[in-house]
Amino acid sequence: MTMTVHVDIVSAESEIFSGTAKMVHASGEMGDLGILPRHAPLLTKLKPGEVRVERTDGEEDFYYISGGMLEVQPHCITVLADTAIRAKDLDEAAAKQAKERAEQALRDQKGEIDLAQAERELVQALAQLQAIQKLRKKTGR
Amino acid sequence: MAVGKEIRTKIKSIQNTQKITRAMEMVAASKMRKAQQRMQASRPYAKKIRSVIGHLSQAHPEYRHPYLQEKESIKRVGLIVVSSDRGLCGGLNTNLFKATVKSIRAWRDEGVEVDLCLIGQKGIGFLKRLGNVRAQVGHLGDAPSINDLIGSVKVMLDAFDSGELDRIDVVYNEFVNTMTQKPSVDQLLPIQADEVDEELKHHWDYLYEPEAKDVLTDLLVRYVESQVYQGVVENIACEQAARMVAMKAASDNAGDLIGDLQLVYNKARQAAITQEISEIVGGAAAVS
Repeated sequence: MTMTVHVDIVSAESEIFSGTAKMVHASGEMGDLGILPRHAPLLTKLKPGEVRVERTDGEEDFYYISGGMLEVQPHCITVLADTAIRAKDLDEAAAKQAKERAEQALRDQKGEIDLAQAERELVQALAQLQAIQKLRKKTGR
Repeated sequence: MAVGKEIRTKIKSIQNTQKITRAMEMVAASKMRKAQQRMQASRPYAKKIRSVIGHLSQAHPEYRHPYLQEKESIKRVGLIVVSSDRGLCGGLNTNLFKATVKSIRAWRDEGVEVDLCLIGQKGIGFLKRLGNVRAQVGHLGDAPSINDLIGSVKVMLDAFDSGELDRIDVVYNEFVNTMTQKPSVDQLLPIQADEVDEELKHHWDYLYEPEAKDVLTDLLVRYVESQVYQGVVENIACEQAARMVAMKAASDNAGDLIGDLQLVYNKARQAAITQEISEIVGGAAAVS
């Protein structure tokens, strides 16, 4: 019997593959990796690229991942795939956006308060209108 | 014959409202199913990454990451509050805000400052006056992607890295079942290690490529993001479930109201007919 290893490929939004395999190929940040069962514990980053799983029945599965992490234990291999395309400056931009939104909201607070006031006035006006309509119905009879 | 025109209009208007609430109930039911699937789909990642971190904390690495170390004194806490974008979902957001305010108050009583990171429009509207808001994101829709969250989470992580924050909690609604959603406050950073697995408790370490520090930072950032994402997805499932229940109650109430009004209307109509007949009979008697 050939040696096998349990492989899980998961992304934050879904499970992609789970099963046993003879060998797993992945492109690590420091170079391509081919991992066989009973590999020493390893933790590495993955480059965007394909992950190839040689299944026990001889079939090969290909998965494209846009980066991620690879954890190797002697009897299990875990690929934590990114769903997002990560780049440092991209993250930075997203962070800046989130911050700006908060600041913007703070600056606009006066505007919001005005909005709340306008809303209150609107509700009052509506209530008055309703009252007038009711009165009209009563007197119209 | 203009008997009970007001009542008829009223019944009509309630019927229209009932149609809307019923439609919303059905939409929420189908969305809830999808949201639950999404919630389940994101669990394996969270579980796997947790187990990797569990292995890490047992591996005695030469490098200790700040995310894994408890701080001695806590001066400032970051709260990531996950709320829904829309209302009409019963007491879901109210309960969540109550839990948030309670937590903020508890920290302030201890003399600890609280910074907020708000996810979801409802939270942005309600909580922005309660503390210093560091980041916010709204309009995530029914199927949020982790992409939308990276920015906000990074703001909080940067603050933690620079030592401005000493602890980060996440507040979200936990999906217990369709009828029950529980607001829960979980500690995100520093990461609390799980109990040590006896089997693996010998001295070993990973091989790191490229370096332990880089790999660990990446892994832990992803862990935090996945936890927040999990919170967001769970909150959406809660929102739909709560809306479904609230709309069902609204439809039932509308039905009761219609029944009552129908009874009043029938009585009024009956009375009018009786009166008319008696008038005719009375008139005929007077003529003959």
